[in-house]
Amino acid sequence: MKAARESIRRGAPQLSALIFLLVVNWVIFPPFFDVSLVDGRLTGSIIDVLNRAAPVALLSLGMAAVIATRGIDLSVGAIMAISGAVAASLVDAGHAWYVAVLCAIGAGLASGLWNGFLVSVLRIQPIVATLVLMVAGRGIAQLITAGQITTFTNPQLAALGSGALLGVPAPIIITVAVAAFLIFLARTTALGMFIEAIGTNPHASYLVGIRTRALLISVYACSGVTAAIAGVIVAADIRGADANNAGLWLELDAILAVVLGGASLLGGRLLFMMTLVGAVTLQALKTGILLAGFPSEFNLVVMAAVVSTLLVLQAPPVHQWWAKKIGGGRAVMAPWPALASRRARPPGKPKP
Amino acid sequence: MKLEHNRPLLITLVVFGLLVGVAAAQFPFILSGRVVGNLLTDSAFLGVLALGMTVVIISGGIDLSVGAVLAFVSVLLAVLIEQHQVNPFIAFACAIALSTGFGALLGSGIHFLKAPPFIVTLAGMFLARGGCFLLTNDSIPVNADVYQQLSSLALPLPAGGRITLSAGIMLLALAATVVMLRSTRFGANIYALGGDQKAARLMGVRTGRTTIAIYAFSGMMAGIAGILFSIYTQSGYPLAVVGIELDAIAAVVIGGTLLSGGYGGAVGTFFGVLILGLIQLYITLEGTLSSWWGKIATGTLLFLFIAIQQLMLMLSSRRRRAAGK
Repeated sequence: MKAARESIRRGAPQLSALIFLLVVNWVIFPPFFDVSLVDGRLTGSIIDVLNRAAPVALLSLGMAAVIATRGIDLSVGAIMAISGAVAASLVDAGHAWYVAVLCAIGAGLASGLWNGFLVSVLRIQPIVATLVLMVAGRGIAQLITAGQITTFTNPQLAALGSGALLGVPAPIIITVAVAAFLIFLARTTALGMFIEAIGTNPHASYLVGIRTRALLISVYACSGVTAAIAGVIVAADIRGADANNAGLWLELDAILAVVLGGASLLGGRLLFMMTLVGAVTLQALKTGILLAGFPSEFNLVVMAAVVSTLLVLQAPPVHQWWAKKIGGGRAVMAPWPALASRRARPPGKPKP
Repeated sequence: MKLEHNRPLLITLVVFGLLVGVAAAQFPFILSGRVVGNLLTDSAFLGVLALGMTVVIISGGIDLSVGAVLAFVSVLLAVLIEQHQVNPFIAFACAIALSTGFGALLGSGIHFLKAPPFIVTLAGMFLARGGCFLLTNDSIPVNADVYQQLSSLALPLPAGGRITLSAGIMLLALAATVVMLRSTRFGANIYALGGDQKAARLMGVRTGRTTIAIYAFSGMMAGIAGILFSIYTQSGYPLAVVGIELDAIAAVVIGGTLLSGGYGGAVGTFFGVLILGLIQLYITLEGTLSSWWGKIATGTLLFLFIAIQQLMLMLSSRRRRAAGK
């Protein structure tokens, strides 16, 4: 409980950004928070925001773990395309829906293991190692679907994208379940601490006996699996696999969501909860642009503005001034160098 | 120029030779002047883009914005020339000035905010792509006479080939980049920055000025590539060349430049671009291969080169450690 309060206190800037955006959306579009039950399914703008945020939220959960180890996974969009293609093709060929979903997740796991192998065994920089699959992955997905958009009619698989349980849309349930599982793993075991240790100082964590190699592989495997789940949801939503466009550029959205959540790209911080907040914030922003009546092309310009603002806020010079002025020496947001974020933690208080 | 120091470039040349051999065994006409000339023309804009990327990567950075800047320039040219009747050459000058300035802006962002190049240039990519859509949503054809003349300008080659203006500009850009990297102080600073930024600063390299100049150079090359692309397609389209920055990065890596910075060269990149072009050409000629094999082949080559680089790095560090003992 204390840990939860602590994490909320530390996530105050992220939460207030989200609340601010939601209020702006509400001012622009008064029925924004209206929720009604239509055909046994909750509907309304706010539910829509959560529902649409689900794929990026899933990607960013895996990405958060990868970034916490000072890595990055550029291939998640391509993995989404692969897993969607696998699921759609198998169901189309007459296999049961759970076989298709398991195989799709297996494909994601295999992709993640490949990335992990390159990063931890061959010691290739993450940005380069995952670039290989980012380039080749979409080709593999097209190979699976033979270059076509494979459509399917299987109702159970489609329900993963557009169904609902007790009125809550399936993508939201899946995302919350995955997030709960990951948070449980990271916070009730020492895994979260080990992952942050690798990101803070890989060599030192190796010397104190953390199995960096195995952990790195599993972190990339986890990212592959969450990407595969996101790919299945997206394919189920449109009842088809589009190898060319599924998950296109979503890796950038996922990285942005992690950074919006307050993590440093230089690793050492694993914040699953705040990452989810970041993903929802991103979607609230996109929905807000549409609600305000701007064409969707404005998205890119606004995203550029958001990234620039974040860059300025997290820049070490600005950050030092900010911390001195307002935070009373305490860091408000993670600055780029991981060093400063450690220094910012009050002494004597162990990390939750 | 010791052999040992140029091993990655040698590997690139061997791969290129093998590819040419395989392709020529199946389609002997590939060695004709006409095909070579067309290959150069078709890879011109990617080549110029990749040369800029080479400089950025040698300095230890990365520039994700170049593809979007290329698209922005082609859209800007189409809007200026077709909708505002601006003289094409003035439009070219505006485009290059704008893209160079944009690159300098990204460079100063990286230097002053101490932010990772990856994120800063990502913001640049969003901004430039968004800028395209703010200018227009449609594909605008360019019908100016100058475009017709420019695209038909060519130097004759033996055996029916020709070096078009685009190909010529790429070759000139290659020569200029090689000279800049090898024989100027700026070039030495770029390598120093990529090797070790702190050491470079202690050695007296003005890191800020150099960083800004590097990204300005990359922006300028993206601007030139945009002009070449505009002449090549005779139109401007906001969604053009989505993802070309990945091709450029792949060409740089296949050309033997280390993605961790500090090592590499422009000649390798040129052959990297030609290898990518040759793969496309082979897939087109073969007829039964589908287009996605191009992506898979590029990814495989990328992996091979990265693995080879990594292996060589491990071997050399082991040798150094052994020598130290």
